[in-house]
Amino acid sequence: MTEMKMTPANDSATTSPAALSKTQQKVAASLNRRHRQEKLFKGIGLSAVVISLTLVAILFINIFSKGLPAFWQSAITLDIYFDPAIIQISEKPQQQPDELDNLFFQRDIEWQSEVGLINFNRLITEGLKKVLPDASAHRRDAARIVTSGERFALRQMVIDNPDIIGQTQRLHLLTDANIDVWLKGNIDRSLPDSQQQLSPKVREWVALLSEQGIIQNRFSFALFMNPDSRSSLASAGLAGAFMGSLYMMLVVIFLAVPMGVAAAIYLEEFAPKNKLTDLVEVNINNLAAVPSIVFGLLGAAVFIGWFKLPISAPIVGGLVLSLMTLPTVIIATRSTLKAIPPSIRQAALGLGASKMQAIFHHVLPLAIPGILTGAILGVAQALGEAAPLLLIGMKAFVAQVPTGPFEQSTALPVQIFLWQGNELRNFFEARTSAAIIVLLALMLSLNALAIWLRKKYEKRW
Amino acid sequence: MNMNMLTKLVVASAVSLAFAGQAHANRDTIQVAGSSTVLPFSSIAAEEFGNTFAQFRTPVVGSGGSSGGLRQFCQGVGTNTIDIANSSRPMRPAEIEACNANGVNQIIEVKIGYDGIVFASRIDAGIFKLKPKHVFLAQAAQVPQNGKMIDNPYTNWQQIDKSLPDQAILLAIPGSNHGTREVYEEKVIIEGCKTFAEVQALPKEELNNFCLAMRTDGNVVEIAGDYTETLARLQAQKNALGVFGLSFYEANRDRIKVATVDDIEPTVENIIAGTYPVSRPLYFYVKGEHIGVIPGLQQFTEYFVSDLASGFGSPLEAAGLIPLDDAERAAILADIRGKKSL
Repeated sequence: MTEMKMTPANDSATTSPAALSKTQQKVAASLNRRHRQEKLFKGIGLSAVVISLTLVAILFINIFSKGLPAFWQSAITLDIYFDPAIIQISEKPQQQPDELDNLFFQRDIEWQSEVGLINFNRLITEGLKKVLPDASAHRRDAARIVTSGERFALRQMVIDNPDIIGQTQRLHLLTDANIDVWLKGNIDRSLPDSQQQLSPKVREWVALLSEQGIIQNRFSFALFMNPDSRSSLASAGLAGAFMGSLYMMLVVIFLAVPMGVAAAIYLEEFAPKNKLTDLVEVNINNLAAVPSIVFGLLGAAVFIGWFKLPISAPIVGGLVLSLMTLPTVIIATRSTLKAIPPSIRQAALGLGASKMQAIFHHVLPLAIPGILTGAILGVAQALGEAAPLLLIGMKAFVAQVPTGPFEQSTALPVQIFLWQGNELRNFFEARTSAAIIVLLALMLSLNALAIWLRKKYEKRW
Repeated sequence: MNMNMLTKLVVASAVSLAFAGQAHANRDTIQVAGSSTVLPFSSIAAEEFGNTFAQFRTPVVGSGGSSGGLRQFCQGVGTNTIDIANSSRPMRPAEIEACNANGVNQIIEVKIGYDGIVFASRIDAGIFKLKPKHVFLAQAAQVPQNGKMIDNPYTNWQQIDKSLPDQAILLAIPGSNHGTREVYEEKVIIEGCKTFAEVQALPKEELNNFCLAMRTDGNVVEIAGDYTETLARLQAQKNALGVFGLSFYEANRDRIKVATVDDIEPTVENIIAGTYPVSRPLYFYVKGEHIGVIPGLQQFTEYFVSDLASGFGSPLEAAGLIPLDDAERAAILADIRGKKSL
């Protein structure tokens, strides 16, 4: 070993090659090889980074190039006259001071049903006639310009404010999904009529109206404000899925986080170190490695089968995702607690605090940033999870925004799955990518929040 | 965070769990599940129903294939089981037995209309003029030749018939969880198989087994997912010939082209006239025990088969459903009102 510490072989001008010791010769001979190996490894490492970054870039470019255009959607600007001759309804019921709530509700429902019988499509047709003089000659074609869900939007306007009857309003109505597809160039315009979705007349009108600026690409509020739709594809939105995901995350936050933190504190600070707690610890780590679909099967059997919870409800989804997040929270909390220097505990105990006081007054406050980071990352992971939800009936088509965690709903990742399977590929390929962008944005902001919290409250010892 | 707050949180969570048990007892939303062929129609009907009747909530429509839906349907009576199962084939006797065994005794069968099954290839692939016989020869494990049954030798459509394109055989058919598969086998494979004298000579119980045995060399793939998956297969492999529902093909006419069967083009007119051979009725099954318990179930069922929702010029027809004729519609409505059970 002492030979290794000698002067390098090529350092001294006086020593001839023959004077080099055997070891030095060996080192000189292997030097090139070792440098080559290092270079090779650097090259492999660098190309691994480049390849993975390229793949991520391709993925993002693909999603964004497909999805971003879907945030803008073609809409037609029409002057809609709320014609009293068409909208013949009785007066909107007002609650009398002495009237019971459910009686009033009954009267209100009856009134709404009455409004529901009005053919609001006629208002749209009349509006179209003003910009397309030949619309009445081609009724079937004219009916295909505005997406069918807009008639309910008009009805809602009347229900919200019956005073609108008799007025003319300039409205931006969504066009049919196929018109959006055609204007965006997502369907080959050179295809023959037999392969086109739009009739020649509609295509002619659309070209004319978009030239006049009556049909324009406008920011799609429908994508955010509406629930999913199948009868009016252009109005399909993410509101239902978003609320479903929100309720599930609330359940996760209120269930998995307190339970996980409590379990971690007990295991780390109070539990005796014996075979049993070792077993528990090993199994918590195992639980973190269980594939999420298994939790879905468990949820279907236990929460729906035994506890008789409703199918497709965010409460069940939340419970299943809580089970999935629990080990993540426990592991994150424990490692944060472990990282708190023992001197904090010892100082508290030395000043006469009980063990409980030492932990809850001194250790836990210092651990909170780490716990929050762990919890947020756990929630972000749960937010993006689709597999277990498919097994508890959250794959269903839900056309309403849920108003509570017991109401049927979908979730954002499941909505992506559902849209991906929609028949009208030309329209929903873009819609699906747009939903992915929304989900990615939510996940990234949650992760950013976690990083920010860590940076802000992190303490170094 | 102090101990008090922690305890409160845990207690609150436990309480909310306990409430969960109560809340399910008054479900006010109709739950539907089943066939992915019926799914678009059912979803549209549900949405229109919810929008038309202010007093009822919009029904929730799940998928899972005809068999999956019927299995869920037959799990029992109670608000945590589904109310309606969509199916693209009639219910099997074994399924009715399973239902009865779990206490589901009132099963009301509702036919909603018809749908065609089409063969389609990529827009840039060859033109297919199929006969049931060709499809059988393309997918069978063994084929009759000169009085003997031999292992399927065909790898190119041209070997089967000179009129077919010079293209390797790759058939993408629906998996056995789909009702479409049963209709496809009954109306195409068995029909094609029976054209051979050697097959007709087989005893009856062997005939089906022989005809339906599939080659396992990778030239036939079963698609367990929905038609989008079949379409993706076509986009990846130019040679693939897929099985689709007519309405799916209609929505993607710019990407796939349809094959004729027995020289008949699959159009709504031809299916109504009965000349296009591969069409089938679509159904849904209503749990009679839930009528009167789940609000709106009776109304939804009647609305679905009404002329307004599924007749000519209706939103369902626009989505590709082939409507019932008036006499059939009247008979089905009478069955619903009379709660005629299977």
